[in-house]
Amino acid sequence: MMEIERTIKYDADRVKGFGREVMSVPGCEQLEDCIQCGTCSGVCPLSIYMNYTPRQVMALTRGDFKNEVLRSVTIWLCASCYACAVECPRAIRITDIMYELKQRAIQEGIYPKRFPIPVLARKFSEMVRKNGRITEMLLVMKLFLATNPWAAMGNWRMGLDLLRTGRLSLASEKIEHREDLARMLDAVDAEKGAGA
Amino acid sequence: MKYAYFPGCSLKGLGRAYEESLLPVLKHLGVELEELADWNCCGATAYMAVDERKACVLAARNLALAEQSGYGQLLAPCAACYLVLNKAKHYVQDYPAMKATIDRALATGGLRYSGDLPVRHPLDVLLNDVGLEAIRQKVRRPLQGLKVAPYYGCQVVRPYATFDDQYNPTTMDRLLEALGATVVRYPLKTKCCGGSLTGTVPEAGIRMVYILHHEARKRGADCIATVCPLCQFNLDAYHAQVTAQYGPVVAPTVYFTQLMGLAFGLPDRELGLNRAAIPFKWRPAQAAAPQAAAATA
Repeated sequence: MMEIERTIKYDADRVKGFGREVMSVPGCEQLEDCIQCGTCSGVCPLSIYMNYTPRQVMALTRGDFKNEVLRSVTIWLCASCYACAVECPRAIRITDIMYELKQRAIQEGIYPKRFPIPVLARKFSEMVRKNGRITEMLLVMKLFLATNPWAAMGNWRMGLDLLRTGRLSLASEKIEHREDLARMLDAVDAEKGAGA
Repeated sequence: MKYAYFPGCSLKGLGRAYEESLLPVLKHLGVELEELADWNCCGATAYMAVDERKACVLAARNLALAEQSGYGQLLAPCAACYLVLNKAKHYVQDYPAMKATIDRALATGGLRYSGDLPVRHPLDVLLNDVGLEAIRQKVRRPLQGLKVAPYYGCQVVRPYATFDDQYNPTTMDRLLEALGATVVRYPLKTKCCGGSLTGTVPEAGIRMVYILHHEARKRGADCIATVCPLCQFNLDAYHAQVTAQYGPVVAPTVYFTQLMGLAFGLPDRELGLNRAAIPFKWRPAQAAAPQAAAATA
């Protein structure tokens, strides 16, 4: 079905204060200095797949268009290659701003249900909390099960290759002091609860 | 030369050929490593998307353990680990509030991190601590006639590395030339491989891998040399998908440490050469001929 959407943004779409809030986070302060030159969009190897280019995400974030950026595909397509951050003439750490936006989208649960990228981030953090380490093939299996079990079948050739080359290990890697690590991560949550 | 060693999850998993080749090569050069006891996952790029402060705590626990070990320096061969550990270090140095959060979290486990410990990459150690001359002297079987595309990927040089140029890194180029290989000009040397997008958004990820292979082939490379377990995995393990969509462009992808091992004359079985889906079959000539100047392409 054809979806008809308004493409022009109105002042009423803004969530006042959102831009300020993002710019108060460590690493995101320089956003204020963006000159909208588009260097980030030019060097980004993924901008051709994005619904908003990185330059547009910078403008939308600074302009309080919270819903637009948190619902964008852009933030999830950022592969953290830091090309934009290195090239930006105003030293804006665009990659770190993308991370901040991803965190907010996850906290607010704003992303398509079986969209694999945020699911991967969640499964990854759960495994680290539980075991202290990542067992890559287990993580990949969990990801496929949670998103698209049939896609795993399409990768049978890779599975055979990994088996043949001795890399298909599913035994959980674990650290010894798992309770220590969990306590450390909880300590950060406790601070948030205290409003620190 | 002694360093605490942080392998990271990949070097124990999909990227084990990197560790398998790194350890004997460094040993051969007289570099001593001690694996960090009870190290945990660095958090990589995935954890940063969930919670930045917790991601820094994860990294900082390793840095604290490394300081406690007394080695004074930490070697992190994986590109993602190298970046994340350095990132946490920068955050601790630049943001007092972040440092306070990390300090309090580490204290619950009886640990402390000062924020000073240098986190080094093997390329940095090889060029600046060991030196190209010492490496050249260990070459028994020069990689004469082998054309290599030097592929650094993104996270080794961006944004925190100080040992090489962010736009046009050359440490691996110089290292490979010292081994006798011919380094082809490879303008995509720091272009992103797609990271986990090969699995999550194949339409984009597989194409990025294809572009890297296509360019290497166009430049006449026999193989691509990598410094990152995820780059190696993407360029190697997705060969069937790349070939099905774009035709036969895939070249073998090897760790730079595997090429070092071959040039030093270490046996294949010590170098994890059996781990790649696309096997690297080229071998240097047996004779220990005096090394000639690297041929130009």
